[in-house]
Amino acid sequence: MSVIPAVVNRFFHQTASPPYFYALAERLAPWLTGVFLLLLAAGLYGGLYLAPSDYQQGESYRIIYIHVPAAWMSLFVYVLMAVMAGIALVWRMKLAEVMLIASAPIGAGFTFIALVTGSLWGKPMWGAWWVWDARLTFELILLFQYLGIVSLYGAIEDRRAAARAVSILALVGVVNVPVIHYSVEWWSTLHQGPTITKLDKPSIHVSMLIPLLLMAVAFKFYYLIAVLQNARLELLKREATSQWVKNLLEKTA
Amino acid sequence: MSISAAFFAIIRRDLLLAFRRRAEAANPLFFFVLVVTLFPLAVGAQPHLLQSMAPGVIWVSALLAALLSLDAMFRSDFDDGSLEQLLLSPYPLTVLVLGKIIAHWLVTGLPLLLVAPLLADFLGLPAQAMGTLWLTLIIATPLLSLIGAVGVALTVGLRRGGMILSLLVLPLYVPVLIFASGAVDRAAGGLAADAQLDILLAMLLAALVLAPLPVSAALKMSVN
Repeated sequence: MSVIPAVVNRFFHQTASPPYFYALAERLAPWLTGVFLLLLAAGLYGGLYLAPSDYQQGESYRIIYIHVPAAWMSLFVYVLMAVMAGIALVWRMKLAEVMLIASAPIGAGFTFIALVTGSLWGKPMWGAWWVWDARLTFELILLFQYLGIVSLYGAIEDRRAAARAVSILALVGVVNVPVIHYSVEWWSTLHQGPTITKLDKPSIHVSMLIPLLLMAVAFKFYYLIAVLQNARLELLKREATSQWVKNLLEKTA
Repeated sequence: MSISAAFFAIIRRDLLLAFRRRAEAANPLFFFVLVVTLFPLAVGAQPHLLQSMAPGVIWVSALLAALLSLDAMFRSDFDDGSLEQLLLSPYPLTVLVLGKIIAHWLVTGLPLLLVAPLLADFLGLPAQAMGTLWLTLIIATPLLSLIGAVGVALTVGLRRGGMILSLLVLPLYVPVLIFASGAVDRAAGGLAADAQLDILLAMLLAALVLAPLPVSAALKMSVN
């Protein structure tokens, strides 16, 4: 414990307390929304207006400004959930459980958006709404994993037990994600190769890349806003009988 | 009693229980055959079509049979309280759980090998693929039991866990399905399937070590 600076330690202990977190999330919300809207506006302006059209795909490539950030988020949220699951299982931290639960529907939403936009793009490009390609299939299976987490949480009545179950499932799932990814890749590949993660020289022009990265950061902020709202609601439901919620209700009433 | 004695005692007990309820033990087997029989009825009996579908059909059916038999892994122990006794015993839960999973596989997974030749013949799978089919079943059905055990342990406390169980477990089964049916497919085409078999074996070894950990954590949560 001594390696962690006292400031960080105090921050963690404070934030882990539900009333403090609730108030903090409430205070952060307008700032996060502001940053999100700025980034979104800049990203959309750059992506839909400034960026040139693609010499092969014409204008329809512009859906990547939604599709790619959503697909990144679908994985990012899952990994984040696994981290929170680890914290929840090891330290029994209530707030990690709440954040894990609050993230699951949002991650499922991002996965769904990635699938739908991919299918919309696929219709003119591949001539079919759905193609059994590796990455599409992977996203679909990821969506099922998210739905499994959501429905398992809904099925167990005791919330703490449900959170433990979901944590275990999220950890097992995250071990499986790379396995599923590579097995599906092996199974079939029709999707275009990675264009951005190629480290030496991305095969995307800078004028297209910058809006894409802006959108990716905007999506992260959107996730933060959504997850904090969701976590506040979950906290209220869990702590409905505790004193601070009663005080809060009296104040707003 | 040493750990290994406890481990084998669990296996012996579960096998004995299964032996006393012989009629139930045969059910996954009948289910397996029945599902395979449905495919020609649904897609038509063209020999070429069936032959090319055979590896996939057999493996999807094996997967469903494994899924259906999963619920029995901890159900009766949960109902009569022996699961609590397992949790309270001085032996490491992971070892006991591994014993239960292995016993479950011996009862529900291993018999699938017996009917595999019959089904392969039903669907016109070339004889040269038979050995590979057997190998994939030997390697991958324990994998199904190991991965499935995580799902069962999470849902055993629920009254209607069946649907959720399949939602939890089937996505995790995808890699097994891909490599197992891929191996049989390659063997049917006269190609070497070593790579797929090696990967399945690697997954089996990893699951043997790793799967009991989440299973025991989940059982502790379920019994609570």
